[in-house]
Amino acid sequence: MQWKVSAAPHVHAKDSTATLMLDVIAALMPCVVAGIWLFGWRAALVIAISVAACVLTELVCQKIAKKPIRINDLSAVVTGIILALNLPPTAPWWMILIGAVIAIGLVKQLFGGIGDNFLNPALTARAVLLASWPARMTATNTASAYPLPFDTVTSATVLTPETTLNTTMVDMLVGRIPGTIGEVCKVAILLGLVYLLIRRTITWHIPVVMTGTFMLAVWAFGLDPIQSVLSGGILFGAVFMATDYVTSPMTKWGQVIYAAGAGLIVALIRAFGSYPEGVTYAILFMNVVTPLIDRAVRPRIYGEVKSHA
Amino acid sequence: MKKTFRGGVHPLKNIHEGKPLTSACAVRPVAPSIVVIPMGMHLGAPSKPCVQKGDLVKIGQRIGEPVGGLGLPVHASVSGEVIAVEERQQLRAAPEMCVVIQNDMLDEWVELSPVGDVETVEAEKIIPAVLNAGICGMGGASFPTHVKMNVPEDKHADIVILNGAECEPYLTADHRNMLENSSRIVDGLRLIMRATGVNRGVIAIEDNKPDAVAAMQKAAEGRSGVEVVALKTKYPQGGEKQLIEVVTGRQVPRGKLPADAGALVFNVSTAAAVADAVTLGKPLVERITTVTGCVNKPSNLRLRVGTQYAEAIAACGGLTEEAAKIFAGGPMTGLCAPNDTISITKATNGIVVFSGEQAKALEEGPCIRCGRCIEACPIHLLPYQLKYDCEAAALNRAKEHGLMDCVACGACAYVCPARRHLTASFKAAKDELAAKARRR
Repeated sequence: MQWKVSAAPHVHAKDSTATLMLDVIAALMPCVVAGIWLFGWRAALVIAISVAACVLTELVCQKIAKKPIRINDLSAVVTGIILALNLPPTAPWWMILIGAVIAIGLVKQLFGGIGDNFLNPALTARAVLLASWPARMTATNTASAYPLPFDTVTSATVLTPETTLNTTMVDMLVGRIPGTIGEVCKVAILLGLVYLLIRRTITWHIPVVMTGTFMLAVWAFGLDPIQSVLSGGILFGAVFMATDYVTSPMTKWGQVIYAAGAGLIVALIRAFGSYPEGVTYAILFMNVVTPLIDRAVRPRIYGEVKSHA
Repeated sequence: MKKTFRGGVHPLKNIHEGKPLTSACAVRPVAPSIVVIPMGMHLGAPSKPCVQKGDLVKIGQRIGEPVGGLGLPVHASVSGEVIAVEERQQLRAAPEMCVVIQNDMLDEWVELSPVGDVETVEAEKIIPAVLNAGICGMGGASFPTHVKMNVPEDKHADIVILNGAECEPYLTADHRNMLENSSRIVDGLRLIMRATGVNRGVIAIEDNKPDAVAAMQKAAEGRSGVEVVALKTKYPQGGEKQLIEVVTGRQVPRGKLPADAGALVFNVSTAAAVADAVTLGKPLVERITTVTGCVNKPSNLRLRVGTQYAEAIAACGGLTEEAAKIFAGGPMTGLCAPNDTISITKATNGIVVFSGEQAKALEEGPCIRCGRCIEACPIHLLPYQLKYDCEAAALNRAKEHGLMDCVACGACAYVCPARRHLTASFKAAKDELAAKARRR
């Protein structure tokens, strides 16, 4: 009889890269559903185009580079959903395509594929789109399925001080405010967070420290921390983008430093910056710092002690 | 809160396979028709055969003489005729010198000379008796026990820990030994304490074996200095370094020995063998081994050293149809056997047979930097970083990152969602460094 021979361990935990990505997709579903409910079929279309474009870009890049096809790991699907949720429901199809090519082609595959990109793909794409088409990126769909408490096409978010919006706390929680598809409904984001924590896909460190630092800092800068945390993309960023495995530090202490830095930068941009919102740039900046954090923060190896006399 | 360490994993926690297959199986003795006894069962230079083809031997008779500082004698485990003294394939890559004995089934023993009684034996007679009995660590590491008991002058041990954690999935040999031979184990512990001049002995058991905890507590009752502690069930709770930290709160300094942390650790089965050696004069010729997985009747067997896997498996009703892979030890660290003519050694605590489904190779993917390996590592290394170092053949950098501290427990590779072959790479890198050092 021919016995199979392999190195230990001979058993393996059930989680694989694909099951982890599937968990993230499941956690994103409340945001997807809420986005479609709030913004209508356009939102569904944006998400569909984005996912298809990201997966296709990944496939084409891997074919061209003659690398193993890894679209089954579902990471491109995650990027596609997150990219879409970072766009306004009015985003035109060509903008989504450009975003997908930047996210998957430029940021992820050109740097070596999953695990080797040092920037968050979806966030980098958002940053490029925001810089290239600022008006389109902040436009919100007026033909919403749900009546929005404002009536301009290119109006801004509650973050722009000059717009006086008559929003209540409930509006902010359920997402009856302008914004991108995924960031507006805080209830959906929190549902996703609870799922990720229960499934142990992520730990509490990054979301809690990032939002905590942010709230403390805006309070210190004289802003209302509750109002601030419920507006803009801070929650979505802290739960779904700052927690990206690849671009966040490996150790728990490293993650705490990273998350605190990101939260502080968001608060600084909100309070003093010329941009209305800084979540994208804050997380991207901390992505860049992550290799340095990983270099600096290492666990103490067992046995770094003196001999017992 | 039960005592535990930082790091580690919970293999097969939610799966009703593994230990429940055999934990209720009382130990059955099996007499093999033939034994193939390797001369290199212990860590250290292989013993030198001192019998020839055609010799008639009795159980307990020396068939191999110790060689070098870590050498141990080897004894016949059956009575009968030596039919070959030759090299045979064992678990290591290169064939090993073995003495092959045909069992005459008469079970004739040599005359045994006990050294003394547990209560009265002279301390200085214990270690030589352990050496003469050819005892090495029976938990898998196979380090000569008498060497461990000889604490160097410049070190001071204040605690003896008996390892009854048995944290590997599937294995229940130590569990059964603790249930069935609890007083022998306590005797062995007290003998080791006497020989080493240590007056505190702790028997450490994972809390998934409450019956073993109770049995050992009962056996330890009224024995001064002996206590039983229950540890949280987590892999690798039975790792020597983890055990010392959990029980004493002290860590073994990097690159040093347990005695540098004031602790001496022995497997519970080793302690029972020490008791047999001293009070009965019996050399180590048999042990309890869990034979489980894809066999028709998973069991705990009392096997003679040198029994071939095939005979042990036959005693368990043979293989089931799905059988595809066989390894010695538990699923986290076990070594694959190329065939079933490999022998049970003094350190074989289990033979596990896996099905084709269980043995399916997992494709290695790219690291997604999830950090789970860091959380799992009981030594607090950065396995993902070490793997990058090994892939880049940057072995010096790997050493700086703690490669030599890796205990090869397999926890990182177990949790890795990208199924990266972490532990295997580290072992290969260590082997390469050792080979380089030899060439110098």
